[in-house]
Amino acid sequence: MRSDGGGGGAPLISLRGVSKAFKSGTVALQNVDLDIRDGEFFTLLGPSGCGKSTILRIIAGLTAGSGGKVQWRGQPSLGFVFQEPTLAPWSDVFDNVWLPMRLKGVSRAQADGDVRRALASVGLTGFERAYPRELSGGMKMRVSIARALVLKPAVLLMDEPFAALDEITRAKLNDDLLTLRTAIGATVVFVTHSVYESVYLSSRICVMAPRPGRVSAEIEIDPLATRDEDFRLGPYYAERVREVSAALHAAMDGAKCA
Amino acid sequence: MTRENLEDYLFPTLMLVIAVLAWEAYVRLDHVPSFLLPAPSEVIVTLIKDWSTLGASLLVTLTTTFEALLAAIVGGVSLALIFHLWRPLERAFFPFAVVMQVTPVISVAPLLLVYMSSGAAVLVCAFLVAFFPILSNTALGLASADHNLLDLFELYGASPWQQLRLLRLPSALPYFLGGLRIGGGLALVGAIVAEIAAGSAGAGSGLAYRIVESGFRLEIPRMFAALFLISITGILIFLFFTGLSWLLLHRWHDSMRSRER
Repeated sequence: MRSDGGGGGAPLISLRGVSKAFKSGTVALQNVDLDIRDGEFFTLLGPSGCGKSTILRIIAGLTAGSGGKVQWRGQPSLGFVFQEPTLAPWSDVFDNVWLPMRLKGVSRAQADGDVRRALASVGLTGFERAYPRELSGGMKMRVSIARALVLKPAVLLMDEPFAALDEITRAKLNDDLLTLRTAIGATVVFVTHSVYESVYLSSRICVMAPRPGRVSAEIEIDPLATRDEDFRLGPYYAERVREVSAALHAAMDGAKCA
Repeated sequence: MTRENLEDYLFPTLMLVIAVLAWEAYVRLDHVPSFLLPAPSEVIVTLIKDWSTLGASLLVTLTTTFEALLAAIVGGVSLALIFHLWRPLERAFFPFAVVMQVTPVISVAPLLLVYMSSGAAVLVCAFLVAFFPILSNTALGLASADHNLLDLFELYGASPWQQLRLLRLPSALPYFLGGLRIGGGLALVGAIVAEIAAGSAGAGSGLAYRIVESGFRLEIPRMFAALFLISITGILIFLFFTGLSWLLLHRWHDSMRSRER
């Protein structure tokens, strides 16, 4: 796998000395250095207020940093999944997934194949004409993921996408996300506050400390280990969860002293 | 029809029938003179007998109401869009809109009658009251687009026109329709109020003028007939816009769906 190289070519995205201060004076991010490598599942883990969502927004270009720079190798190409499904309630599922292509000037007929493939990849074939109002929370999130994937981006940015879902739906979506990622080979930058979710999904976890938001620790998870129920119940998983938990507590204790 | 459905329609209808019958019975049994309170049956008879006059007046009032409402929709939506595209203009003009809204239309009517023909004055009065709810609701709706969806549009490099057409306008639709339901009722109120003001000035033939005229002549059954027509018109306007809202929103908007229990 390319993901574990580290020493290989230039990283896909690199952040150098990125800071963000809001007008109120709150320092959301202080001097963050990060490299996102090709094909990895990179997770930003931390308590609320540590600026992990802000990093995602800065990478996406939705928020400007107050300092530092973000460099892409080549043209930025990304899909974004928000914490809420963020679907247009007045459009049916097909039109919601078509939206990114529509904004690029692709007609409904031209987009048809890509939209149907994206919907099939998240298991929603047959729901093209349903309205968001008629779908469950998990299905709405699947539509949101299909929409983020329809333009085949190199990087998928996900901001706590499963935080509002129940445990069972979340576990199912975690597995489906991993399968999907293997199929399309996209790099994922994922934000979560769940230690378990981060260990299960990621190939690399960046633990963040709050006030001001900064990188506190980086932990690698074996990307080759198959993610299934055995993985979740095995000693390797338990060990990593303990390690990540400890790193998270250290990050938060550091913040209290500061 | 389910039991709940039956109750929904049965009780209001029953109540209405009882009220009308009680009214009829009271007038007949107590021998109330018709210049004080006519029986419902007499009102209906008058309505049919005087239909040529009342029907023509109804048409006049309806025309005024819908012309005013159309002008209020065009004006309100355009101004909301202009305000949205250029905020300083909103700050500059909103006070005028508020003054127009809070000044009772009946107090402006005499002034308007000095400046313009009574037909035009009535139209302007009806426009003035219908305009503000449509403007303010549409402006609110345009500003209420989901912030995450705005981010998404920005992410995919949407043009301002795409953002307006595919995001702002659909987001504003439920608000606009709410404004339309209020504005539709108010346009009728504005038209009636202005007709009464203009009617006393001598030239008018709308339903409100018939009411004033019947009052002078003590033709109370005819007054009731005209009142009845005004009520029916108001109800039909309300039902029309409620139906329109349902047609446009029922597939997706929460306001049009019953909660699942």
